[in-house]
Amino acid sequence: MKILVPIKRVVDANVKVRVAADNASVDLANVKMAMNPFCEIAVEEAVRLREKGLATEIVAVTVGDDKSQEQLRTAMALGADRSIWIEQASPVEPLAIAKLLQAVVAREAPDLVILGKQSIDGDNNQVGQMLAALCDMPQGTFAFKLDVANGKAVVSREIDGGEQVVSLTLPAVVTTDLRLNEPRYAKLPDIMKAKKKPIDHLTPEALGVTVTSSQTVLTVNEPSARKAGIRVNSAQELVDRLRNEARVIP
Amino acid sequence: MSCLVIADHDNRSLNAVTACVITAAKALGGDIHVLVAGTECQEAASQAAALEGVAQVLVADHGVYEHRLPETLAPLIRGLAADYEHILASAGTAGKNLMPRVAALLDVGQISDIVAVASANTFVRPIYAGNALATVESRDPIKIITVRTSAFEATPSGGSATMKNLDTVISQDKSTFVSENLSSSERPELAAASIVVSGGRGLGSAENFRLLESMADKLGAAIGASRAAVDAGYVGNDLQVGQTGKIVAPDLYIAVGISGAIQHLAGMKDSKVIVAINHDADAPIFQVADYGLVADLFEVLPEMEALL
Repeated sequence: MKILVPIKRVVDANVKVRVAADNASVDLANVKMAMNPFCEIAVEEAVRLREKGLATEIVAVTVGDDKSQEQLRTAMALGADRSIWIEQASPVEPLAIAKLLQAVVAREAPDLVILGKQSIDGDNNQVGQMLAALCDMPQGTFAFKLDVANGKAVVSREIDGGEQVVSLTLPAVVTTDLRLNEPRYAKLPDIMKAKKKPIDHLTPEALGVTVTSSQTVLTVNEPSARKAGIRVNSAQELVDRLRNEARVIP
Repeated sequence: MSCLVIADHDNRSLNAVTACVITAAKALGGDIHVLVAGTECQEAASQAAALEGVAQVLVADHGVYEHRLPETLAPLIRGLAADYEHILASAGTAGKNLMPRVAALLDVGQISDIVAVASANTFVRPIYAGNALATVESRDPIKIITVRTSAFEATPSGGSATMKNLDTVISQDKSTFVSENLSSSERPELAAASIVVSGGRGLGSAENFRLLESMADKLGAAIGASRAAVDAGYVGNDLQVGQTGKIVAPDLYIAVGISGAIQHLAGMKDSKVIVAINHDADAPIFQVADYGLVADLFEVLPEMEALL
């Protein structure tokens, strides 16, 4: 079984981003970047499927500028056999990414596409579902458990109110949620070996895809700041203020 | 101009968040139609028809829609899309699962998780875990939108929409429902509660979460949790508040033993009043708390409860 794992280079999850002074974007100068946490979970899941003997090849793919190759090297250090870099300057809208990935799916014919449910920059949560629609594949989103057997992916999903299990015929798209697995760290020998693994450098033109955009970000603003709060000294004082000052409890 | 709201429901009843999506739809102007697709869902459909401002409820009542799988619903909605300029759903897991599939079938983008409508083609949405708000203009001929329902008041009842039954039956066999395990509780649902009592790793165990339960009972509150508490197994995932869990904005949010990581704040920082109880005076949660109590939660919780 071949698994395609789309990944994304994003701002590190611990960074508290600031809006740029021109209110046109978020200030990313000198900010630490990393692989999107949900993408790390996707890579880990693919590697575990290979360790279980269910997958034979793992291909990582990313859409981005040349710095994104760093994340492809990480994916290969973690276990991807090879990777594909689709060179396209950001920002690229989710539908455009899905169309580029659709072209890769057509080339690679994976049995399973596993990707993060959302990237922590745009927080869109769209690409996986769009890709599934474009490829006419079933989708198992927000997966916390994945079992593959007999040409099917059985996906246990986290949903509002609890959990749901769906069975998908392969090929299928699965998007990862937080509790699917805990990703491993790349070991130094694997990081060194990953430098020799191939990165296929493609462009949208080579894939026969025209990248278009249909949205414009007009402004980016800070959310309104909360008024500073106060410290209270006892449960008594807290309840008293909630009742008589804030009036949020009877 | 008209818009279609995809109802959130379980066949028997309409989920309260649908009324918030309708409020967002009202800001667009034009007729509002609601699609209720399910199995034996007439009750949910009637509840939708009773919401103020709804002109028509489209009912697709058939066995194939029982579990509202996106592979089945997306083609159904695509078939209806020609009549609408906007299609909206709540940004809960059902809407998030479904709407991008609809957008791709229509070859348009999607605007996810809007917190405000600036105009018929311009919307405000949080990015970077809510640390920034982007105002986005869409040039698509039809706008596919998911709505952060905590940012919109619920539309009251008072409507009397017409009902229209749809005959379309979509079959597919690539995705099959296997099972579902939903937690049932007497408590209000997190997304709609006006008071939330939320616990973090500081609670230390699932048994200790009971301390929160009795306080929640006294306040008529919903229970929430941080990712750490869910990962540790103290409570189920459906209670997780945060960037990738539930987004809530109640009148009162009491954070107990929660440190206040960026990802947790993303899910609750728009609450009207925030209380933080934590023994660590440097916990980031205190930066967003209106009332902060640095204390041992095991001492404070019983004291508070006695006063309620």
